[in-house]
Amino acid sequence: MSKLIPIPDELSKPFWDAINEKRLIVQECNECPTLQYPPRPTCQDCGTESMGWKEVEGKGHILSFFVVYDGRYQVRIPDQPYNVAIVALDEEPRINFYANLPGTPVKQVPIGAPVELIFEEVTPGQLIHDWKVVE
Amino acid sequence: MTTDFTGEYTGYRRDKPGLGVWPHQGKVAIVGWGMSPVDRRWDGVSMDKTYGAYGMMAVQQALDDAGVSRGEVDGMFVCPETGAGATGGSSADWGPYRAYFEPPYDSEYGLSRLNAKWLINNMPGFDNVRFAPSNVPSIGEQMGMTAQAVADGHCEVALLVYGMNNFEGRYRHGGENASPEARGNRQWNAPWSSGDGLQLTGAITIQQYCARYGGTFEELIGPAVLNEHRNGLMHSWGFYTLHGESGLTFEDYVNARPVLWPCRIWDCDRPVNAVGAFLFATAERAKDMKQQPLWVLNHNGGQGGTVRSSQETLDESEEARAQVASMVYEGSGLHAEDVDIFNPYDGYSFFLPLTLEGFQWHGVKKGESQAFFNGDISVEGPHPFTPGGGNLGVGRTRTAMYIDSIEQLRGQAGERQVTIKNGRPETAICAFAPARSAAYIVLSNATP
Repeated sequence: MSKLIPIPDELSKPFWDAINEKRLIVQECNECPTLQYPPRPTCQDCGTESMGWKEVEGKGHILSFFVVYDGRYQVRIPDQPYNVAIVALDEEPRINFYANLPGTPVKQVPIGAPVELIFEEVTPGQLIHDWKVVE
Repeated sequence: MTTDFTGEYTGYRRDKPGLGVWPHQGKVAIVGWGMSPVDRRWDGVSMDKTYGAYGMMAVQQALDDAGVSRGEVDGMFVCPETGAGATGGSSADWGPYRAYFEPPYDSEYGLSRLNAKWLINNMPGFDNVRFAPSNVPSIGEQMGMTAQAVADGHCEVALLVYGMNNFEGRYRHGGENASPEARGNRQWNAPWSSGDGLQLTGAITIQQYCARYGGTFEELIGPAVLNEHRNGLMHSWGFYTLHGESGLTFEDYVNARPVLWPCRIWDCDRPVNAVGAFLFATAERAKDMKQQPLWVLNHNGGQGGTVRSSQETLDESEEARAQVASMVYEGSGLHAEDVDIFNPYDGYSFFLPLTLEGFQWHGVKKGESQAFFNGDISVEGPHPFTPGGGNLGVGRTRTAMYIDSIEQLRGQAGERQVTIKNGRPETAICAFAPARSAAYIVLSNATP
């Protein structure tokens, strides 16, 4: 399965560096209790630019999903159809992640089910985070 | 007159709550419209059916509709982008590999793009255009830009031109969508292939909707799609009118090819080659024109709400649409019960229930769309929802919502003419407003 390769930028480099170390981190505000993902230049709640990072436990629940039968990404066309789910992070449910849920049959996505973090190499030296249904 | 085609017009957007009633009510009217035939694609050889030829056709129709000469037009708002370009690129990315022709088709202009300069050069008589900004957005905000420019005195008779082109092949499959790399914001969704653009903001949200409120996607959306196909056929210019009706049944809909399941092919508007044009005027100029002026009560732009994380959730979507509706109602001075014609954007079918509930048109609240859509939403009935047929009913022109609203308020919608208020509706809300966009315009046939 070929996937698009994320290209880190200045803001996202710490995140992808952590992913390559098989750690999931999210932005943590230094002025208020906010955790946020994807990273942004400022805190969504208090507006400060003083942002750090916090490692989070890779546990979540499936919120919803759809199935790509005819998508636009050329490298993924051979994989069609495939699931795309949205996973809420248990530590901060306002944070959600996309997931392909490897191992889950197409359209058989158990909404509400617990999932755990996994990592997948998309090109030598670059991992991405994905999620897998907890058996 | 020498026209400056390079200037930008900013500050026209009404993009936040609290702005009050639009202070120019009664000063700006829509006075004409024109629409080319809607073809699936340009065939590459018929020079009378090019994007440019269709643009000129629509412009002349709009002028004729209003009884206005080219020399009377002093403002021109032509959207240079067509939506057919590769994601993240310009529409020029869509067409540079084709051969060009003799002038005026010796560049992308007239084939895949339009602008004011090309139209003026190829339609003799536009000698008095003094305001033609270069930064014209797509039709939702383009309507607001044009209305505001007339209100602010930049021009008195303004032409708006908007089109969508289509050639052989599939657009939006090139550019960065063909790249193996995900840069910028795409690094947060493309590796999982969550789609791009609108699918990303709707397919998951509507699944959450069905889970929360009950019913299936098909039961929710199917009746609304069928209604749009029926209404779209009642335009003289729509794709299905000109090229054969879809004959879509609920069974066909359910069994149709999935694109982003649960969305089928019929949930996506059909890419087409077509151009529309609209004419705006000041009250002073409108009073002597051929048609009844339709007054702009309000226009909005920008976005409602925010998306906190990777994916908009149902809660965020509902909050955003309610905020947008609040802005539209605030600026127009109308309430939900005052709105006779409701033509929201339907470029993906799943926008319809969320928008309907946000605006609470005909009292429809959260989770009530399925019951509403399964009632009588025909143009003949008491709840004539999307009487224009939208993009799903006529093809991806993004103009049906506006044209129908104009015709309904003029009493010229023919078979589509609604029967509420004895067939004389007075107000309309229409939009090209994807996802959380606030790009709406509100019209009335009664002088404010």
